[in-house]
Order: sequence, then structure tokens, then C-alpha cells
Amino acid sequence: MANYSTNEFKGGLKIMQDGEPCSIVENEMVKPGKGQAFNRVKIRKLISGKVVEKTFKSGESVEGADVIELELAYLYNDGEFWHFMNNETFEQVAADAKAVSDAEKWLVEQDVCTLTLWEGNPINVQPPNFVELEVTETDPGLKGDTAGTGGKPATLSTGAVVRVPLFVQIGEVIKVDTRSGEYVSRVQK
Amino acid sequence: MQTLQQRAELMRQIRQFFYQRNVLEVDTPLLARHGVTDPHLENLTTALTAGPDGQPLKLSLQTSPEYAMKRLLAQYRTSIFQLSHVFRDDEIGRQHNPEFSLVEWYRVGFNLVELIAEVSELIQYVTDAPPIIAHTYQEIFVQCTGWDPLQGEGISAIHRHLKTRTDTRDWMEKETDPDTILQVAFNLLVEPELPSDTPVAITHFPRSQAALARVCPEDERVSLRFEIYYHGIELANGYDELTDTDEQNRRFVEDNAKRRQLQRAERTADEYLLAALRHGMPPCSGVALGFDRLLMIALNKDQISSVVPFSIANC
Repeated sequence: MANYSTNEFKGGLKIMQDGEPCSIVENEMVKPGKGQAFNRVKIRKLISGKVVEKTFKSGESVEGADVIELELAYLYNDGEFWHFMNNETFEQVAADAKAVSDAEKWLVEQDVCTLTLWEGNPINVQPPNFVELEVTETDPGLKGDTAGTGGKPATLSTGAVVRVPLFVQIGEVIKVDTRSGEYVSRVQK
Repeated sequence: MQTLQQRAELMRQIRQFFYQRNVLEVDTPLLARHGVTDPHLENLTTALTAGPDGQPLKLSLQTSPEYAMKRLLAQYRTSIFQLSHVFRDDEIGRQHNPEFSLVEWYRVGFNLVELIAEVSELIQYVTDAPPIIAHTYQEIFVQCTGWDPLQGEGISAIHRHLKTRTDTRDWMEKETDPDTILQVAFNLLVEPELPSDTPVAITHFPRSQAALARVCPEDERVSLRFEIYYHGIELANGYDELTDTDEQNRRFVEDNAKRRQLQRAERTADEYLLAALRHGMPPCSGVALGFDRLLMIALNKDQISSVVPFSIANC
């Protein structure tokens, strides 16, 4: 894998740090009027998801990380792996529980997700920003409210639990923002 | 259009400030046979197909008008100022554009305190800043970190601390240069503690970071150099100027030794500057202030690209 010099640093560049592939979030050059220039960099560790700060002496080289992102459609879960497919090449990729992590509760068959692969192995699964899921369980007795009272919890077909307005009933399909885990709207079937 | 007008207004105000004080405006050439020896600065270079003698001539775009202005000082022995574009390689960032503008001025007969007072007056003339407050480098360092930057023990303690921080650990394990260790610590531990709404002058930098300032006669560990910080921005750098030819020559040699260490090409000493010093430069203090950064502060912008007509990204 290629090395990158600090002057090639920019948001999105994938580098190795502490044995883990990382993505540069922010890069700022610091140059004292008299003195050594350096880069203060915010990086996101792609496996743990942690964001950390690092400084690099300007001109230093850092090992690049063999990381690619693929847009793949979710197929099914066999109990151990979650299977995804490239809709153009029909190539399949299997991600383990560690890579799928919290995305599990937002996986809908045929939805296109973003998979991050490090040296060919999936390390992260990013669901679409919005997913549509059926409500399987919620308190049916509560009625009449429009908005603003905080709503009630509803369990969705994947097991996710979100707060929904009181008028939402079992069997309805709702749209959810996966980034915040918040209810967006009802979907006409 | 508004920023362009405010930029023009700032140039006008700065000129007016110096005209009122009878400081002569000069405009020295930005092309020169010699570049700067400063270990951490790189000149951009260009070349004439044929110079005065018909031979190709390599020229350096100046990183500041310092050497040329000092030659004028030696020749005319009068206070001078200059509003100038300058060029530095390898400097692109939020506060850095490879081509930028400096306000640089030299005051014959001024000491450091008098010059800092004048910097304060200029900043107040063009912004609503309160007067500058001053701290020595040692005082502010001890106050913010508890370690003395002028003692070997203090520097070792700072180094140890940086080796335990996750953000500096990897680099600091390998770093051995005491000045680089101090500069990183200054940036991470001291700068964030400086008040942002008041200009701060940090004075008496360590002797090893003197650049072209005189060594302090009362304390040889430090130099008569200051930096101004305002709104989290390093705004200006000034000296009680070195006028001694031998000492200047030694600094050139020291700079080149450091350049070798950093695996950078050595630079020949500017013989015109040395000749001017031999001729005799009057005792004076001088300072370079980042014009674009001052405009950023005045307009509350956090990118240099927002205050220049075209930045390096689209010039």
C-alpha cells in the first residue's frame, strides 16, 4: 500500500494508525512563524469508530490503508453472516456481526448499504439514511394525538424500537432516519 | 465586493497610521539573488533567461522583505514601512496561503517595549481591540504548564508529557529537537489558554528561537524577540534587531547546520545583507504583521481564503 506525505492529507484519506485503518476527518496545518510545521489531524478509526486527534511533523510519511467502500444490496442473514450483493456484478460479500454491529436493526432486504472493506474484509456496514419498516408492536389504546406529546414506543419488524406519534398503529409502515433513529413519517402501502 | 472594500480600507488605514508618524513607505523588490536561511522557511524560485551579464539568473521570491529593508536601514538610517506580498512554499491551510501580505516596519531607536506599544496602537487603530498585554515566554509557559521552558529539566518534563499524550505520542517518541518539542507544547498547551479578545505579546523567546533578534543582555538564555497573538491567531513577529555582522554570520551558519539536519538544501548567506551590517545598521526594532490575518480578525473570518481576492485554490 502506498505511503502518503502529510501534504497529501485531506478529509476522507484512508491511513493506518495504531494498526487500525482510519479515515481523516479534518486536517489542519500549523506553522509557527519561526519553527517546525506540523499537521493536527482528526481521524476516525474505522473499526472502533472512535475519533481521535493526532499530530504529524510536516513532511512525514504515513502508511495508507487498503480501504474501499462498496454500495451493496442486503440479501439475508444466515444466522452467522449477513450477505450483501453487488447489483451489477452479482458478486456477494458476507459481513460478520462485528462489522454489521448496530446497523443490524436497519437492514431491509434489497436496500443498498455502504460496506467498508479493509484488505477485502468488511469492517463496517452503513445502512441507507432512511429505511421503511413495518410496526409489529405498539400500544394500540392511545389515540387522538397529532404531535408534540412525545409519542409512544413502537417495535419494528427488524426489532428496532423507535418513538412514534400516538396515531401510528400495528401493521403500518413507517419511514425512519437511521442516523438519529427517529421516526420521519407514515408510508402509504 | 464588501470584503474587497474592507481590504482596501485596511490598507488605507495602515498607510495613514504610518504617514501620521512620518514613517517612510518603501517597496523593495520581491525578486532577489538570495533566499532566506531560516531552517523552516522555503523560498519559491524563478529564473531569468538572461540576467544583467547575459547569463541565466536564478532568483528567489522573498518570504519577507526583511533583508532588503535592512539594507535600506543601513543606507538611510530612517524608520521605514512596507505593505508587501510575500511567498512561502509548502504553506497552505486555514491561516496560510503561499502568497500573502505582510505589513513590515522598522523603527530606528525603538526598543522592544516601544515597538510592542506601537503594534498595539496600530491594532487599536484598525480594530476595536483593547491594549496589548505582555507576558514573557517563560512566565506564560510556567503559568500554563507548570514547567520551565528555559531549563533542561523543564524541557525533559514537557517531552515526557508529550510522549504520554495519544495525539503527540508517536511523533514525540522520535523527536529530539528541544525547540520543536517546545513549539508543539506551546501550540497545544499555551496557545489555547491565551485570551482571545485581547492581543497578547509573548516576549523573550529562548535564545535558540531568536531568529534575527538580539540576545537579551540581562539574560543570555533568551532573545529580544516577540510574537503577537490575537483571536487565536499568530499575528506578528518582531525583534530588537541584530546589528552585529559576526553574530549575523554565526546565525546563518547555525541555520544551515539545522537545515542539513532537517535534510533541507543549504542556503548561501546574503552577502548584501552582511555588507549592509558591516557598513552599520542603526539600533532599531522591527516587526512583520500578517495583513490578511489582521483582516480575518477585523472581519471575524476564520479562513484566509475569505479575505484575499483569489486564494491558491483558484488563482
